[in-house]
Amino acid sequence: MKDTVDSYVTADGRTIGGVMMEMRNITLRFGGVKAISDISFDIREGEIRAIIGPNGAGKSSMLNVISGFYHPQEGEVWFRGAKRPTMKPYQVAQQGIARTFQNIALFEGMTVLDNVMTGRLNKMKVGMFGQAIWKGAAEREEVENREAVERVIDFLEIQAIRKTPVGRLPYGLKKRVELARALAAEPKLLLLDEPMAGMNVEEKEDMSRFILDVNDEFGTTIALIEHDMGVVMDLSDRVVVMDYGRKIGDGTPDEVRNNQDVIDAYLGVSHD
Amino acid sequence: MSADFLYGIEVVINGLMAGVLYALVALGFVLIFKASGIFNYAQGVMALFAALTLVGIMEGQVPFSHLINAIFGTDLHYFGWTVPALLAIAVTVVIMIFFAWAVQKFVFRHLVGQEPIILFMATIGLAFFLEGVGDLMWGSDIRTIGLGLPQGGSLWIEEATASLGGDDFYGFFLDKLDILATAVAAVLVAALVAFSQYTKQGRAMRAVADDHQAALSVGISLDFIWILVWSIAGFVALVAGVLWGVKSGVQFSLSLIALKALPVLMLGGFTSIPGAIVGGLIIGVGEKLFEYLVGPLVGGATENWFAYVLALIFLVFRPQGLFGEKIIERV
Repeated sequence: MKDTVDSYVTADGRTIGGVMMEMRNITLRFGGVKAISDISFDIREGEIRAIIGPNGAGKSSMLNVISGFYHPQEGEVWFRGAKRPTMKPYQVAQQGIARTFQNIALFEGMTVLDNVMTGRLNKMKVGMFGQAIWKGAAEREEVENREAVERVIDFLEIQAIRKTPVGRLPYGLKKRVELARALAAEPKLLLLDEPMAGMNVEEKEDMSRFILDVNDEFGTTIALIEHDMGVVMDLSDRVVVMDYGRKIGDGTPDEVRNNQDVIDAYLGVSHD
Repeated sequence: MSADFLYGIEVVINGLMAGVLYALVALGFVLIFKASGIFNYAQGVMALFAALTLVGIMEGQVPFSHLINAIFGTDLHYFGWTVPALLAIAVTVVIMIFFAWAVQKFVFRHLVGQEPIILFMATIGLAFFLEGVGDLMWGSDIRTIGLGLPQGGSLWIEEATASLGGDDFYGFFLDKLDILATAVAAVLVAALVAFSQYTKQGRAMRAVADDHQAALSVGISLDFIWILVWSIAGFVALVAGVLWGVKSGVQFSLSLIALKALPVLMLGGFTSIPGAIVGGLIIGVGEKLFEYLVGPLVGGATENWFAYVLALIFLVFRPQGLFGEKIIERV
């Protein structure tokens, strides 16, 4: 595998490990439209990696490539030192990559608890007949997983709404439940598609805190897309900047902030 | 108590028993519709096919015998053995699971993301195809299922309840087969509800029913869940086919009985399991009571249309059904 620079320790004392996921020369087309052209970047163990860019830059497409919803025409995806074959989204999830969606994809008819429990489906190994008999192994397994789910619910402070059907919750809480479901899977890599879109300042602060806590306490690697520049700069260790499907910047928040291409993309350039 | 009142109660009991069977058939529709958005027109034919297969296997009939005889000039009809009922049921279940797999693999996998009307048309095609295969495999004669299930009125209940009314009342008349069918259907319905509520696969089924994308993102294979629901629907079809087949013989009209589930679904909502149960009971009791109370005034035979008229009235006032998801369009 390609060079894995040794791990290093960040200013706030977290350890960032070697490369976990690597995108190599990814190109994604929809018919004649190039959503992503020839982009490469990597995500390291334990870091918070942000993907930013103006609307239509291809950020969500990139996240969909990582999570297996889109399949790039060119390029390779490397995960944990091995080239990943073309996979269906559920297979990617089974590999330990969990995600949330820009427009929240929860099971609206089910309770918060049931929603979060679905995150544990891949942790449950008892087969269908065992499940049908229910006693013994299946019951033990359900109890174990239920405990894990309760820990996540505690962690994200949504105990009060455990039994509420998700359809009745306000937007900000739905976002949190979606995060809980992704966390319940104990993912190696957590993908967040605009976790703070449409939130007010207070909700944004809560969500930022949760993201940092998740990374800190569980050591979960996080890749996130976000519009709010302030939030991105505060949260992330490294940032990829995209514009019109191309990569125009990659580095620490400070490096990216001072990159002329990035400034142009965000503020525009005069054409005289 | 007056005899008229007691006969009314008898009618209600019979209605409830018929209703449980309607609920069972309706459940077959609801499971598939919830999980994949497909309204499965072939559900009734699946019941017919399952019942035919069961009879064929039990009697040791050679499948496709006409075809084989026509091609090879042989004169095969029966293997010459009979298969015990339980084994035959097990084999039939395996065949229905294979059918579920084939349907998913060769039909609906290629139609993912298509309009509901196209999926619906596909199930109509499937219905005729399956009917043809059933004919070709097992012949088109009317068959009787020899499962040895009890039939006829239950004398015991009749005698035990005869003393409730006056001289005009002779006790409740309940068919033994109806009682058994009700028990079987009730157990199956309860088991299905428990399965979908409390097991891992049940949770996955509900998840897929709710949101495909989200289901994929937590690692659920849609293919697997779809095969699972078609298999369960196939099993439900087998049970319904057998219970009705014992009553009135295994014949083509069996596939039409499933259409009785339509008003049940309109009443209960296409997406609700409790709705299918309650809807079935309402239709069952409603049509029997209506026949008993109003039937004589209008010349009888109201059972043929009552359910549909009730469903139509319901459609006007509550198009999503009793338990269906409310349709709210965001403007």
